[in-house]
Amino acid sequence: MTSTATETSGPPDAAEPETSDEQPSKSLTPSLARRMSSYGSLVGIAILAFVLLVWAPSTLTSFRLGNLGRYCAMALASMGIGLAWGRGGMLVLGQGVFFGIGGYAMAMHMKLEAAGPGGVPDFMTLYGDGTMPGWWEPFRSGPFTVFAIIAMPAVVSFVLGYAILKRRVKGAYFAILTQAMAVAFSTLLVATITQTGGFNGLNSFSTFFGHNLFDPQVQKNVYRLAAGLVIVFLVILWQLYRSRYGELLLATRDGEERIRFLGYDPANVKLVAFMVAAVMASIGGALFVPIAGIISPLDVDASASIFLLAGVALGGRASLFGPVLGAIAVGYGRSTLSENFPTQWSYFLGALFILVVLLLPGGVASLWPMLRARWSSSSEPSRSSSTGDDAVESGDADRVAPAATS
Amino acid sequence: MTASFLGQDYLEIRNLTVDFDGFKAVDGVDITLHQGRLHFLIGPNGAGKTTLVDALTGLVSGTGEATFRHHDLLSMRSHEIVRLGIGRTFQTASVFEQLSVLENLDIAAGLHRSALRSLRARRTVPEPVEQALDTIGLTALAHRPAGILAHGQKQWLEIGMLLVQDAQLMFLDETVAGMSGDERDETGELLKRIVADRTIVVIEHDMEFLRRYADFVTVMHTGTVLAEGSVADVQADQRVQEVYLGTATEAATHG
Amino acid sequence: MDLLTTPFLTGTANGAILLMAALGLTLTFGQMGVINMANGEFLMVGAYMAYLTQQVLGTSGLSILIALPVAFIIAGLLGLLLEVTVIQWMYERPLDTLLATVGVALVLQQLAQDIFGAQGDPVTAPSWLGGRLSVFGYEWPHRQLFTIVLALTALGALSALLKYSSFGRQIRATVQNRQLAETLGVSTRNVDRLTFFLGSGLAGLGGVAIALISGTNPTLGTAYIIPAFLVVVVGGVGQLKGTVIAAWVVGVATAFLTDRTSGSTAQVIIFALVVIFLVIRPQGLFTVRTRSLA
Repeated sequence: MTSTATETSGPPDAAEPETSDEQPSKSLTPSLARRMSSYGSLVGIAILAFVLLVWAPSTLTSFRLGNLGRYCAMALASMGIGLAWGRGGMLVLGQGVFFGIGGYAMAMHMKLEAAGPGGVPDFMTLYGDGTMPGWWEPFRSGPFTVFAIIAMPAVVSFVLGYAILKRRVKGAYFAILTQAMAVAFSTLLVATITQTGGFNGLNSFSTFFGHNLFDPQVQKNVYRLAAGLVIVFLVILWQLYRSRYGELLLATRDGEERIRFLGYDPANVKLVAFMVAAVMASIGGALFVPIAGIISPLDVDASASIFLLAGVALGGRASLFGPVLGAIAVGYGRSTLSENFPTQWSYFLGALFILVVLLLPGGVASLWPMLRARWSSSSEPSRSSSTGDDAVESGDADRVAPAATS
Repeated sequence: MTASFLGQDYLEIRNLTVDFDGFKAVDGVDITLHQGRLHFLIGPNGAGKTTLVDALTGLVSGTGEATFRHHDLLSMRSHEIVRLGIGRTFQTASVFEQLSVLENLDIAAGLHRSALRSLRARRTVPEPVEQALDTIGLTALAHRPAGILAHGQKQWLEIGMLLVQDAQLMFLDETVAGMSGDERDETGELLKRIVADRTIVVIEHDMEFLRRYADFVTVMHTGTVLAEGSVADVQADQRVQEVYLGTATEAATHG
Repeated sequence: MDLLTTPFLTGTANGAILLMAALGLTLTFGQMGVINMANGEFLMVGAYMAYLTQQVLGTSGLSILIALPVAFIIAGLLGLLLEVTVIQWMYERPLDTLLATVGVALVLQQLAQDIFGAQGDPVTAPSWLGGRLSVFGYEWPHRQLFTIVLALTALGALSALLKYSSFGRQIRATVQNRQLAETLGVSTRNVDRLTFFLGSGLAGLGGVAIALISGTNPTLGTAYIIPAFLVVVVGGVGQLKGTVIAAWVVGVATAFLTDRTSGSTAQVIIFALVVIFLVIRPQGLFTVRTRSLA
């Protein structure tokens, strides 16, 4: 039966009376505009793929391309932060740990490659007695290394996430604990110089899975791998965000207790996002190593973890493109600024955090819906789009005023 | 009024006690909730109504027994209790404001969905969601963000979410508070429509609403059950008049 | 004997510094839900105030005593400035205060580096703090004893203020129920500002103690901020008693572990223990049991 509620209580600005007479199934089909905006993201991904995979390699110098590859590697970690923080509400301040797990795993394999069959990495004879710890041995195998780059962060984030999320540790507590984890991790690395290279980290690699890293063509291919994985994970995140799991994650972010009373365990919902973010950071770290030629505690400590966050905050934590574009922008900004004003960089980074959080909590991505709304209201007043997606992307802090639906 | 008195489902609460560091917010409560009737839970502020519901839904821990379909609710976690078919609302309407009305209902409908299927995007509207939209009268607003709904509509959406999650036992915590007169009537009629095959417990302050819609009333005072029975029984009870109804009726007529 | 006495006494002194760093955090976190990551930099500011007063007044016994109020007021005013310019706009978004104050911390560190140089500066203890006290055969530096006395004095003054002054009552009322306090006519805005001033000032005092023990450094705050937060979380947010116990336990445990293993291993073990503690008892040592949904 059509309830009488509709007739007496629609909001004054909406709900023309005749809509309640329509067939429910018809009015429930997602609007065309909404579908377009969902697939519009695919067009955006295609454009980015063209820029990163076709334009950049054919235009940029190998130095610039290497830089871009480094930003791409860090962008993978940032995109994961976007998932965990922007969509899941978990402020992860320790992604450097997972970045480091992947990075060190890859670096260990490359060190062993450089040392040759049965050889021992050079620094172990330099700092220690030249014996290699047993846990290095499996990393001689390339397939094992690739497996470890994915499995180790998954296991670590599962154990850690399970322990603290199940106990309903969240918000600031979660953030502080993850940051403490990054501090502990980098401290541990520094303290174990004979096993991990200590403060200097691992460097001077020569080959990447058998390919000479000094060959420009190989460098280009390593870049292509990093950029290609950015595109692949953009597609994965795109599907994740439009899936029911994506809606559920968002709902968990905005009302964890409410989700519990819908029969879900919010810890499980968040755990998935936390694990995916950890694996993405690890893959990013693994690709960072052959491009940058080094991984050290400075790349994985608390400051490095916060640096990974900067691009996410700038670009827009909850949007699909915000974290990746933000990470590339911030990486580029750091290279450029520290070339020209080495000491001023900290001021820029500090000011960026303060200003973005203060004035634009949704990041640059939150400007887009505003612009689009202005554009569509001036050119095509009858077809302004649904606000659903835009509100999601603006983050929980600033709610976009609802516009009329089509 | 109490025609469908004995349904199949009932929740039996025996000697339920919630102890906040020495302060007994709920103190040895015995209540039996039967299917098919609108069971009102009333009492002055601090009587322990919400704490009672909190204990039954796993939000605070309590001692005693609360048996529903052979499960002791007091030893279960919140989401397990929900999966047993028990749902609740909160004093403040809590819908996901940035999700659309439809998405809100879809999430509520998804608790038995497999993990793999939830990785796909929603293509069709599930049948229960469509029915619930119709029942709560929000079909026309299905694609609007829930944040723009009027206060009363948000409460209906919450009830709709309980419907799609197929809650056989619903606790509604001050659902009509802050609603206009028309909205209260709508809500009362809505509850009457859906109560036939479920158990609904309404925590309420509004005496007029109680008189019109209650099938059965439990009055709580300082953590204990003061009186139980039909509206007429309870109104006639001397002690209830003393501690509660007298002042509340006054407040209702004056405010 | 020394195996127990030394780490116990050194650890108690460390705990005293942690306490001064954590008191401000627990007040602002408990009362406003604000995560002030720049609190470590207020320690740094306090340390540089000790350095500056010593530059002006020389290493006479007086300079440290004058440095204490100077550090308290300067760090307090910086905290107030932070509250007015940044924090007050985001009380509804506690996680965002964390990020914004991370930015503030970066700026303050770079400022200190530009003003005082990247290298740290030594702060000489006056002669009356240069001596040692013999405790069970351990020669205990007076500076550590001074740190403990300072922390206990600050703690006593803070508790007295909270307990007996009307501002203290307003702070406690606001911590327990902000809305109720407002309806009772408490200006929670003023209470927030005063709390920030007090908390940052206490960190400034802690900075003077750090300067006496290990000199100044633009980044000295970063070493304390995370342990201080862990102390707050372990103690139970907004619980002075819990913060005191947690600071002392973490300080002493770190000293004992450092003695047995190494400084960095001790830190890693402490972090692991804190995580395990929080998994077992997420609400911390002390807590007020309420019905809220948090």
